[in-house]
Amino acid sequence: MILEVQTPGLLTTVQDLGRWGYQGKGMPVAGAMDPHALQIGNILVGNNPQEAALEITAMGPKLIVTEGEGLIALVGAELGFNINGVAAPMWQSIRIKSGDEILVASPKGRGCRAYLCLSGGIDVPVVMGSKSTYLRAKVGGLEGRPLKAQDTLSTGPLKPLTWQTADFQCPEHLRPDRSEDSPLRVVLGPQDDAFTEKGIKTFLESEYTITNEADRMGYRLEGETIEHKSGADIISDAIPLGAIQVPGHGKPICMLADRQTTGGYAKIAVLCTPDIANLAQRMPGQKVRFKSITLEESIAVVKVGREQIDELLRLRASYRTRKVFPGEGTVRKEAYRMRLKIQEVTYDVTVEEVD
Amino acid sequence: MAEYLEPKIMCAGDSAVVIEFGDSIDMKINARVQQLRRYIENSHLYGIIELVPTYRSLAIYFDPLAVGDIGLFFEKLKSMAQRTKGEVSKGGLVIVIPVCYGEKFGPDMENVASHTGISEEEIIRRHTAPDYYCYMLGFTPGFSYLGGMDESLATPRLKEPRKVIPAGSVGIAGKQTGIYPIDSPGGWQLIGRTPLRLFDPQGEQPFLIDAGMWVRFKGIGKEEYDEIASEVASRTYKPEILQKSGDVA
Repeated sequence: MILEVQTPGLLTTVQDLGRWGYQGKGMPVAGAMDPHALQIGNILVGNNPQEAALEITAMGPKLIVTEGEGLIALVGAELGFNINGVAAPMWQSIRIKSGDEILVASPKGRGCRAYLCLSGGIDVPVVMGSKSTYLRAKVGGLEGRPLKAQDTLSTGPLKPLTWQTADFQCPEHLRPDRSEDSPLRVVLGPQDDAFTEKGIKTFLESEYTITNEADRMGYRLEGETIEHKSGADIISDAIPLGAIQVPGHGKPICMLADRQTTGGYAKIAVLCTPDIANLAQRMPGQKVRFKSITLEESIAVVKVGREQIDELLRLRASYRTRKVFPGEGTVRKEAYRMRLKIQEVTYDVTVEEVD
Repeated sequence: MAEYLEPKIMCAGDSAVVIEFGDSIDMKINARVQQLRRYIENSHLYGIIELVPTYRSLAIYFDPLAVGDIGLFFEKLKSMAQRTKGEVSKGGLVIVIPVCYGEKFGPDMENVASHTGISEEEIIRRHTAPDYYCYMLGFTPGFSYLGGMDESLATPRLKEPRKVIPAGSVGIAGKQTGIYPIDSPGGWQLIGRTPLRLFDPQGEQPFLIDAGMWVRFKGIGKEEYDEIASEVASRTYKPEILQKSGDVA
């Protein structure tokens, strides 16, 4: 499938799950700000969960399909979504073909980052193991930059059984809960001992507001000053994804996908991994509260998220092997479905003649 | 110097842990960081995503659902950390970075000369004399934090930072010296430029310098700069990497 960009939107970039493995060389990870949503979208269009898609920020692009056909799905923030001028549902795959016009508009509800996933993924070069765009060093994605008008996007080869995935929906209970009033869970450390008891209490008990300085690199928050014991500066060390650093001014900064790999400010806590997306979906002006949980509790939350992705993959396998198949796309000859149990794990297996 | 009696294990969220050996910038402490990094790289610990060595600590990124019991995992890391010794190796790899000093590539050479009271020729001699130790990388892709500059060359940053400093620029900021791997804004006093690419995302080896390596600057003329630059562009240039032995200065 080939798509042409009519209008690029506010900030639309190609992102996958990030360029891991080079932080020791100073290379930021980048990748989707809401990786959970990205994985759901990819599953809906028949891709591997880690495939690259378009990350849309607040105001979406207008695209025209100029060649071929395929599946698309919009997931993440609730943005206006039209195909050929008609409102289209999010969280499900939709069949599109040459001539179709896709419009992603401004926010209608929660969230500010949506993912437009295309069957076959986006065919851009894999740079250092990833397709993610890292804007500051102009690496990855489309020439290392956001989309612009007249850009052409090509999709890659379709995964087997893509067409059988058409119209597949992500059930309500597997869509991420992005409620804006729930506190963001954190695990204290690595430098929580650089703060006074009062400072930690301030951090956990007061409300912060997201400032206008909120982008893919990090979110600066405004609110009560967090007290250090004896200064905010440390000898530079690694900045994990979701780390909350507090410079001398005492206001927290949450470090996100495009963060620098190392930095010299004390980090009071690190966000529970699934809650990073919950923050990344909030916009300037919105409120944030933090809640301290243990490391074990945080890992349990990670596990729930991972299980949801696994469940959606199982549902997809069942969906693809349901009785009715439209005869379009690739020609299907015969399909068999079986359920296998290997070492206590159940697999739905589809066997299909491909040619 | 302040090396801890016991390495500190610091929880850094559900997917990273930091092991810290001390609270100063010190070759001996950094040697332990590098040693722990090698131990882990050669271990069969499952679920590790990547390692980030910094001045005095090593960050270990992991998949919390793959490492098994988290307490046990931390214990294993801790016992590896305890086994490290702060032995500063005299050997190691030295990468030679050719630099064309002064004139258009080193627009701040005069600033450095007037601040330090040292002639341009002598600045170049002192800047190319030592081998610099790369403690860590960070700030931008491929930026190495080097230790070992002759302190007589120390010059404060520019009062007005430049909006764009071309990739390859070699500069001085306070007691530090460094190379800009990509075009970026900055306030370093620029004294020269290397034709090498410290960061080449399309290259087989995207990064030239690694933490724990040594860097040696070598003065070159404009002609040689152009020759090397064209070899770098055609990807035929082979950087000079030497094995530093204990006897060689």
